[in-house]
Amino acid sequence: MTSADFSIVLPEFLLAVYSLAALLFAVYTGKDKVAGLITWTTAGAFVVAAVILASRSAGAHAAFNGMFIDDAFARFAKVGILLAGAAVLVMSQDYMKKHDMLKFEYPIIVSLSTIGMMVMVSAGDLMALYMGLELMSLALYVIASFRRDSVRSSEAGLKYFVLGSLSSGLLLYGASLTYGFAGTTNFAGILSVVHDGAPLGVLFGLVFMITGMAFKVSAVPFHMWTPDVYEGAPTPVTAFFATAPKLAAMALFARVLHDAFGGISSDWSQIVALIAVASMFLGAIAGIGQTNIKRLMAYSSISHMGFALIGVASGSVGGVQAALIYMAIYVVMNIGTFAFIMTMERDGKPVTEIKALNRYWQVNPTKALAVLFLMFSMAGVPPMVGFFGKLAVLQAAVEANMTWLATAGVIASVIGAFYYLRVVYYMFFGSEVEPLDNTKGGIANVVVLVVGLVMLVGIVNLFGVDTMAMTAAEALVR
Amino acid sequence: MDYVLSFIIFLPTVAALVLALFLRGDDEIAQLNAKRLALFATVITFLISLFVIAEFDPSNTGFQMVEQAEWIMGLQYKMGVDGISVLFVMLTTFLMPLVIWSTWDMKVRVKEYMIAFLLLETLMLGVFCALDLMLFYVFFEAGLIPMFLIIGIWGGANRIYASFKFFLYTFIGSVLMLVAMIAMYMDAGTTDIVALMAHEFSTESFSILGVNVVGGMQMLAFLAFFASFAVKMPMWPVHTWLPDAHVQAPTAGSVVLASILLKMGGYGFLRFSIPMFPVASHMMADIILWMSAIAIVYTSLVALVQSDMKKLIAYSSVAHMGYVTAGIFSLNQQGVDGAIFQMISHGFIAGALFLSVGVIYDRMHTREIDAYGGLVNRMPAYALVFMFFTMANVGLPGTSGFVGEFLTLMGMFQANTWVAMVATTGVILSAAYALWLYRRVVMGELIKESLKTIKDLTPREKWIIAPLVAMTLLLGVYPSLVTDIIGPSVEVLLNNYNAAVPMDVVTAAATH
Repeated sequence: MTSADFSIVLPEFLLAVYSLAALLFAVYTGKDKVAGLITWTTAGAFVVAAVILASRSAGAHAAFNGMFIDDAFARFAKVGILLAGAAVLVMSQDYMKKHDMLKFEYPIIVSLSTIGMMVMVSAGDLMALYMGLELMSLALYVIASFRRDSVRSSEAGLKYFVLGSLSSGLLLYGASLTYGFAGTTNFAGILSVVHDGAPLGVLFGLVFMITGMAFKVSAVPFHMWTPDVYEGAPTPVTAFFATAPKLAAMALFARVLHDAFGGISSDWSQIVALIAVASMFLGAIAGIGQTNIKRLMAYSSISHMGFALIGVASGSVGGVQAALIYMAIYVVMNIGTFAFIMTMERDGKPVTEIKALNRYWQVNPTKALAVLFLMFSMAGVPPMVGFFGKLAVLQAAVEANMTWLATAGVIASVIGAFYYLRVVYYMFFGSEVEPLDNTKGGIANVVVLVVGLVMLVGIVNLFGVDTMAMTAAEALVR
Repeated sequence: MDYVLSFIIFLPTVAALVLALFLRGDDEIAQLNAKRLALFATVITFLISLFVIAEFDPSNTGFQMVEQAEWIMGLQYKMGVDGISVLFVMLTTFLMPLVIWSTWDMKVRVKEYMIAFLLLETLMLGVFCALDLMLFYVFFEAGLIPMFLIIGIWGGANRIYASFKFFLYTFIGSVLMLVAMIAMYMDAGTTDIVALMAHEFSTESFSILGVNVVGGMQMLAFLAFFASFAVKMPMWPVHTWLPDAHVQAPTAGSVVLASILLKMGGYGFLRFSIPMFPVASHMMADIILWMSAIAIVYTSLVALVQSDMKKLIAYSSVAHMGYVTAGIFSLNQQGVDGAIFQMISHGFIAGALFLSVGVIYDRMHTREIDAYGGLVNRMPAYALVFMFFTMANVGLPGTSGFVGEFLTLMGMFQANTWVAMVATTGVILSAAYALWLYRRVVMGELIKESLKTIKDLTPREKWIIAPLVAMTLLLGVYPSLVTDIIGPSVEVLLNNYNAAVPMDVVTAAATH
């Protein structure tokens, strides 16, 4: 390990040191009494790491003999992951405190899983990939069952663990097949072997790896765990599941397919396109009957992953750019929506029934309006930002001569629009019921309003995300 | 004056923001202030839009008052008007103050209602001025949100069904258009509408899943745009959302829907379908002419049997929009001139009819035709106004309705005599349902006990209707007011169309 290698992994290294130090500190001092402090410092550490990454000079650097790649693509994904993680930690603090879950392990586990995500989007080798993926997943299994006294939460954790291990196994199997037939675990090495036409074994390996990654982004047909885990896990944890890991897994998806299998894009593009179509439609149709808003968000995210996969399936610079724009917008929308779900309560108890939103407009008009913006943004109706995410992926699909995919996408988006409208319907046109509490103050409330505003203001220039995503995509696709 | 278009487009939004941010409370004073501010903003918008029409030079057939700026993802913010769009801008700014004024008695959530209408005005003006494909789409689609809320929050008993149907119906049409727009962008490398009009899209046929697509990309793109505009128009057989939306919407919502929102479909045909896909337009023209003829006859017959006044007028709107589509796809000067004229004129007449229904609905809280009868005895002024607009709706010479129908029929006759013949029966049918409605509601003895105390038009209602009467008469006796402005632009549109359609296709069609 040289100092050059070391300086490249500095943000990950610092976060790892921080996590362990924070763990020791908390154990030897006040334990859960310092949980609030540790949540804040963890969020702070995330932001510091994000700033270090964002201020890095352009260009790609590889460390540890190409095991770890630091390029514009990885930086874009990492900054997104870190900021999403920080936002979720900060906004969930009030909820955790109120429901007696403010434990010091939570921010530390989130921090460890974030390190996993950072390693995984920077992976330049199958081993680094697996290491990052497992670090992320193991940490996520634990926080899924974070509410120790709740059966639902334990069930969510167990279900996630069993299915997650299976998918990790499949991915590992694919990785070993690829290694066996390509003779190397290094992405650049695999790329040179399978430059034009891959041996059958590598193709098998590729399919198994796609399966494993599709599980992580909860794409159909590997989505079964999503609704149950989303529903069972405590809401702040669900908020985390829906944001940072999804962005990381999607970035990994693009990373593996382009860095290792870029030469045979015609082989995987059809598979990914099929997964995308299935996800969009299943997410849109199965969400219609949901009565629980967390389950609804699970199906919504399945559908959104389908849209982002359109970008990946296009197999071009524009496609990767579109997928990144889409994911960035998706993460912001989900942070806003889950911040709102955290504030949904009646008589101080959390409520997740969609019906409970009836006439929410009369309870808190400003927040209802922010959620209205969020819902129309999710549905992809202009002028909300969500529309531009959809526009980007559709453009990528048409550019890649997959107009049929774009057409399927817009039809799915109309079907999906129904359940977003349904939320609006309950809030604004619904019948009188016992209203929800008018929760005021707290960071989550502020986040809802800010994100709602962002949905509308973003139309001016998308906050420059499109150009950043462009730089990132150009670094990945050569 | 360089940014006059952006100014009128976003002035209502600014007013809406002021309302949203600074107006507090929901008492009577706050409500009155909300209405006053909204009225003030729309009146100012109208006055400034007078500059647009004054500055507008009809002999210049290009786009005028153009504004252009870079936007995200390779798109641009570009605004401008030509002879086809400028009158729709005027129609919108002219009607909005009247719409706002007509809601003066409104008591429920007035501030939000005003905000919704102000935003809607911005979006409608944006649709008519946008000169970038995606910008157009953004305005076109965004208009669904306030209308969805207007129907859903302030609508009638069955408002939820109507609002969802309205939203999803129009949404599915538009998203197909979005795919076509992206394909056009990829093909031409620009989203600038002016550049796209000059771009020739391929008509080379190809096959999809073994089906041969005659007309190639032009045809597919045309059909995608058609899906969107036909729903918006609405054309038979995708018109079924309109009666539901109209019946459930509050009066002001119905007026905006009938007078302005429906015109976006016709405007779209003229702005996109014909100039950008001339060959496909040519190939589809006959089918659309027949669809329009069916629409005119079928929806007029359906209108005859309605028992709800608003529904009857809604079906009559669909029939009148049939003249518009038939006029446009006659693809000759009279037809297209007539179609635009018909849209403007229908904007005044249908708006006035919905306002008239609103007048008695406000008093009796029912729209059932059977609940009325003999209103002339207690409401002479109302009877006169309603008579006037019923006649205008039928197309009595001297009103603007006649000019529109006559011109479009003339256009149709040149394009396809049989279609013109079928469509002309619609004139008779429209007289039948409109006069029968009038007889049942206004004429006869006043027997119903509940109507014995009904009051005639208030001065406010008279002042709202008066400008509409004036415009209907003015355009009826002096139609060149409109045709002089649209004429040159329409001529260029048709010249380009004729130049783009290969002569052998035209002659083959002519000898056929």
